[in-house]
Amino acid sequence: MKGLSLKPLLLCAVLLVILLLLPPILPRFYTYILASIFVTALLAMSLNMVVGHGGMFQFHHGAFYGVGAYAFALLLFKAHMPLWFGFIAAPVIAAFAGLLIGWFCVRLTSLYFGMLQISLGSLLWAIVFRWYALTNGDDGIHGVPIPSSISSSSNAYYFILFFFVLCLGVMYLIHRSPFGMTLQAIRDNPARCSAVGINVRRHQLMAIVIATFFAGVAGVLFVVLEKSVFPDLLFWVLSLEIFIMCLLGGWFTFAGPILGAAITVALRTFVGIYTEYWTLILGVLLILLIFFLPEGVMGFFVQKFGKGRDKEAAPARGQHAES
Amino acid sequence: MLKVENLYKSFDKFLAVSGAELTVDKGQLVAVIGPNGAGKTTLFNLITGMLKPDRGRVVFNEEDISKLPPHDICRKGIARSFQIANVFPRLSVFKNVQVAVLSQQRKSNTLFRPAHRMAVEETNRILSSVGLLDKADHLAGSLSHGDHRILEIAIALGNEPQMLILDEPTAGMSPDETSSTMGLIKRLAETHGLTILFCEHDMDVVFNTAQSIMVMHYGKTIIQGKPEEVKSNMEVQEAYLGGADA
Repeated sequence: MKGLSLKPLLLCAVLLVILLLLPPILPRFYTYILASIFVTALLAMSLNMVVGHGGMFQFHHGAFYGVGAYAFALLLFKAHMPLWFGFIAAPVIAAFAGLLIGWFCVRLTSLYFGMLQISLGSLLWAIVFRWYALTNGDDGIHGVPIPSSISSSSNAYYFILFFFVLCLGVMYLIHRSPFGMTLQAIRDNPARCSAVGINVRRHQLMAIVIATFFAGVAGVLFVVLEKSVFPDLLFWVLSLEIFIMCLLGGWFTFAGPILGAAITVALRTFVGIYTEYWTLILGVLLILLIFFLPEGVMGFFVQKFGKGRDKEAAPARGQHAES
Repeated sequence: MLKVENLYKSFDKFLAVSGAELTVDKGQLVAVIGPNGAGKTTLFNLITGMLKPDRGRVVFNEEDISKLPPHDICRKGIARSFQIANVFPRLSVFKNVQVAVLSQQRKSNTLFRPAHRMAVEETNRILSSVGLLDKADHLAGSLSHGDHRILEIAIALGNEPQMLILDEPTAGMSPDETSSTMGLIKRLAETHGLTILFCEHDMDVVFNTAQSIMVMHYGKTIIQGKPEEVKSNMEVQEAYLGGADA
């Protein structure tokens, strides 16, 4: 790992330019799909920070996405707050929810962590679902007032792309920082980490707070795209979906979840046209994945072509990838 | 420097440690011996905070540390290695040590600086002092058993401890590896001014290296003293040095 080598950087730049040039060419529907992939990918990335790099079973990460989206929608729709305030406050509120729930969860390990997390997350869903006076319950909130300068089809696309890339950059910095490295060390061996003087729980909690902040950002972007919120955003099914995205893309890689999100959203969109049972295809894909690409799609490519780079992020599962 | 006083720990009514006593003076190389299941590892886990004692005290530099969590005890200056190789298999050898060095420098929470440029010098110094520098880029999971054990020690050194606790540092090593590892440990003790507490099965190793030996049996301290004193102690011979077969 000797800093950024030029090639991947160039690749990213080219990709970005293509993405910037697309909206005038593409039909509106496809810009929408792409934007929706960015939002979902950001959410999956934030989950992967906890699951893939942190080794914590954050089963109900979608709850914080929902909290971010609802906070943003309510601040604008009910409290009539200015837009910029909503942008800042909503992710902070999501992170605060992450702090509250995470504070309890980090006291447990592995599956117990997951069970508690899914119950507390579902509690958030129940609140949103039941509290009619505030959230309109299962009707959701529609027509969130967002100026068309950022919410019209191609403007929303650019807006979302900008924040997606920005968040990705920040997450990448965190991933490679001592904090990120220590987080991965905790994933590998929490007992050893506490023996070298690392406060494991505090570190894990910090990771959860950061990840839920980004989930909140994804929630805000969702509202920018859809101008509405509904309780399904906090339902566990969505959390399962993004969990699958991480697995699908490769949860020990940095960018894997983006790929996983793209595959899943594309499947939902294009197979969903023909059958409402598109999850069936996803299920089959997942089974194939577990058998043939246990490291995920991205993990597979990194292993196969990634000559050294990102190697330690995605070694063979048997932990014996010789360098 | 370290004093263990009348320590007790039970698991489901099984007394793993019952009345352990231990004194380690600054700069000493102290060994704990005893048959399998005598409670040596439990004792080390109690000292380093991985387990909480039911009764008794652990005093380090005049301070009761028996109720502190492991990371705080590490901060006080006690680092340890584990009996079962306990490293970060998915990280490179370099990063394994770097994690500890960064923790020592209180930089584990640094968010926006690339880790690969930090603490490089210190980490390399430690790796070269234990002879693992040429394997710095290898994944820890791919190391041989012997190198695993050495990496264990290197990670512990990353914390710049005053005292190093090694749980069977030569377990599973060939005689050659054992003697070179013990040589390394002695050398580290001298060059770093480290106080070292270790436990070991190989009696020759213990009596050749340690300046003070503590004998445990059924969780209890039988004797602690200089190697000659321990050797001549009959009770010990009964408990450990062949008394079982005789």
